[in-house]
Amino acid sequence: MLHTVNKSSFERNSLQSCLNTIDDSSVILFIEDGVINAANNANSSMIADLATEGRIFALQGDVEARGISSKLADNIKLVDYAGFVDLVVEHGTAVSWV
Amino acid sequence: MKFAIQVNEGPYQHQASDTAFQFAKAAIENGHEVMRVFFYHDGVNNASRFTLPPQDDRHVVNNWASLDIKDADGNPELVVCVAAALRRGMLDESEASKNSIDGNNIHPAFRISGLGQLIEAGIQCDRLVVFGD
Repeated sequence: MLHTVNKSSFERNSLQSCLNTIDDSSVILFIEDGVINAANNANSSMIADLATEGRIFALQGDVEARGISSKLADNIKLVDYAGFVDLVVEHGTAVSWV
Repeated sequence: MKFAIQVNEGPYQHQASDTAFQFAKAAIENGHEVMRVFFYHDGVNNASRFTLPPQDDRHVVNNWASLDIKDADGNPELVVCVAAALRRGMLDESEASKNSIDGNNIHPAFRISGLGQLIEAGIQCDRLVVFGD
């Protein structure tokens, strides 16, 4: 499954709810304010572990709009909107954590 | 692949409708079909033909209209939830005359219908993607 998270964990606990729910084959895409979770001063060890496994993505335009391109945690994969579409195609059901 | 998109937020307040539009545009540009976009809750405000943003700002309503999402018979598949629309003062011609109101504001690229259209889209499409806040 693909899980999108569109809020910073400083604002809501939707990321935590998502992390509590996902299975071993799920991937997470950060969009909108959710890209704050991809910054290297914001993430949890669980995010770092998932990123190492190549399972954390962030929407490039939203990362750039928030000025955190140089502050991204390691192994976060950036995608554009076409990449977002590809993730939905590839991973089946898309769950939106809002 | 066949996509359905659900938009739960209005334009210019949250990023959700912009993200949903960019997603729909990218899906179409990459050879997928967007069968239906369903506007629910405050998302119905994406359908107002009276929307007039400043000239240097994006026009969210016209952006949606430009995607030209229609069924085989040419009916709009930008679908606005009727209950959500009426309680927010969003009316098409038929709802306006039914309720004796002397105006209507649904953009012609959109149509008003019921929640069944969302369920149908969820059943008929390969993927349903929800954008909210």
